[in-house]
Amino acid sequence: MTSHAYESTAGKKWLRWSYIGIFIVMAFTGFGQMPIFKRFYISDIPGLGWSADFYATHYVHYLGAILLFVLIAYCITDYLITGRSEFRLTASAYVRIVLLGGIVVTGIFRVLKNLPDVVFSPGFTLFIDIAHLGFMMAYLLAALIFLIFKSGWTQGIDD
Amino acid sequence: MTQTISRRTFLKGGLAAAAVAAASSIPLPGTVRGESGQELATLIDIRKCIGCEACVEACKEVNAPKFPEPKKPFPKMYPSRVKVSDWSDKRDDMDRLTPYNWVFIQEAKVTVNGKEETYSFPRRCMHCQNPPCADLCPWGAARKLKNGITRIDADICLGGAKCEVVCPWHIPQRQTGVGLYLDILPSLAGNGVMYKCDRCYNRLEEGKLPACIEVCPENVQKIGPRDEIIKEAHVIAKEINGYIYGEKENGGTNTIYVSPVPFEKLNADIEKGPGRPGLQPVEDSMAHADNLAKAMVIAPIAGIAAAAGKFYAASRKSTHSEEGKK
Repeated sequence: MTSHAYESTAGKKWLRWSYIGIFIVMAFTGFGQMPIFKRFYISDIPGLGWSADFYATHYVHYLGAILLFVLIAYCITDYLITGRSEFRLTASAYVRIVLLGGIVVTGIFRVLKNLPDVVFSPGFTLFIDIAHLGFMMAYLLAALIFLIFKSGWTQGIDD
Repeated sequence: MTQTISRRTFLKGGLAAAAVAAASSIPLPGTVRGESGQELATLIDIRKCIGCEACVEACKEVNAPKFPEPKKPFPKMYPSRVKVSDWSDKRDDMDRLTPYNWVFIQEAKVTVNGKEETYSFPRRCMHCQNPPCADLCPWGAARKLKNGITRIDADICLGGAKCEVVCPWHIPQRQTGVGLYLDILPSLAGNGVMYKCDRCYNRLEEGKLPACIEVCPENVQKIGPRDEIIKEAHVIAKEINGYIYGEKENGGTNTIYVSPVPFEKLNADIEKGPGRPGLQPVEDSMAHADNLAKAMVIAPIAGIAAAAGKFYAASRKSTHSEEGKK
């Protein structure tokens, strides 16, 4: 087995833009779960009329979650196979991973709650709803700070 | 309304009181209180309803402590397209759903075998088995309880009315000037609290019947474990060659109507509009989302397979190139 024949996907442009694209869609449709797009004229913007339809934003959010799961599973597998020998994750990457983990885990519980025959306690339902939004807000804030300080996800193994 | 006063006065003063007294003396079985953990459903036999509105009045009386007491004047709302919903001066309205009226009587005149007949029946929240109002509420204010009740927590609700929009029957009704939004950004976010039937969840916890069921002089409604209620509905429907509404609608509800005439006929005649739900066929609102949720289970496997496939292809390429060198 020649491990160096396998090049890690980390840092590839398609990966970065796929992640950013999915995240923008998830953030937009996630905020669209609150009844604010019609109120604040966002759905009046040409091409965004669908954003006032709560079922439409919900479906797109679920579709985005499916793509995000594919991407996360791909990245973790890719990293475990060879990524570790090629690069190191930065401190800011660990912060993002923790926050992303929070978004994903609370999101999974949110999806479970929406299934028929799954009933959570009122307190837990409230917790996952608020926590999902809280993790997302924290992630966006962290991403903005890391963008300002130009702190990426990875650094070379010798850095 | 005035032409039926004498009959209603008689019913409320006599039959209703007798029904309450009789019902109060019967200990409520644990299954009906929801102790078994089963979902409870109500059966509404519309043949029995005489439209006396005893259920409407009992609901108003029993749930009065839950009704909104808005602070006026209301905060100025931005942007201007946001309208206030104020029912506080129309608390006595009984002919539609409002924040102060969680059940009302609908009436339909239908022709059966050439003869015109009038049917009346109580309308309120259907308490769906997979309620979109609770599933899509962004705050967890609307929620389904284990005993099949869907209720809105007035302490948390911000009054965005999303629940009303996504409900196939548009049941929840908003009152502005009350609730949590007043303490956050009253001009920019939220608009009050949404109200609807909570099937007297607190009375059920105390071992009492929902007020509308307890007070009904004609025993139009009964409550019990859903599978038993469904069985009984089918027995009645078979006996009368009748029809059922609520068993399959929106993926299944915990309010089951039985009628001797098709619901399309009733739906065609009832007055529909804001606060006056129809009896139309309803597809499962959450079915597509449930299917997408299943796809989420497969998604990580696809990601792992893609990375493993890439690794396998690279390994083969490397092996071939090394063999070529040899």
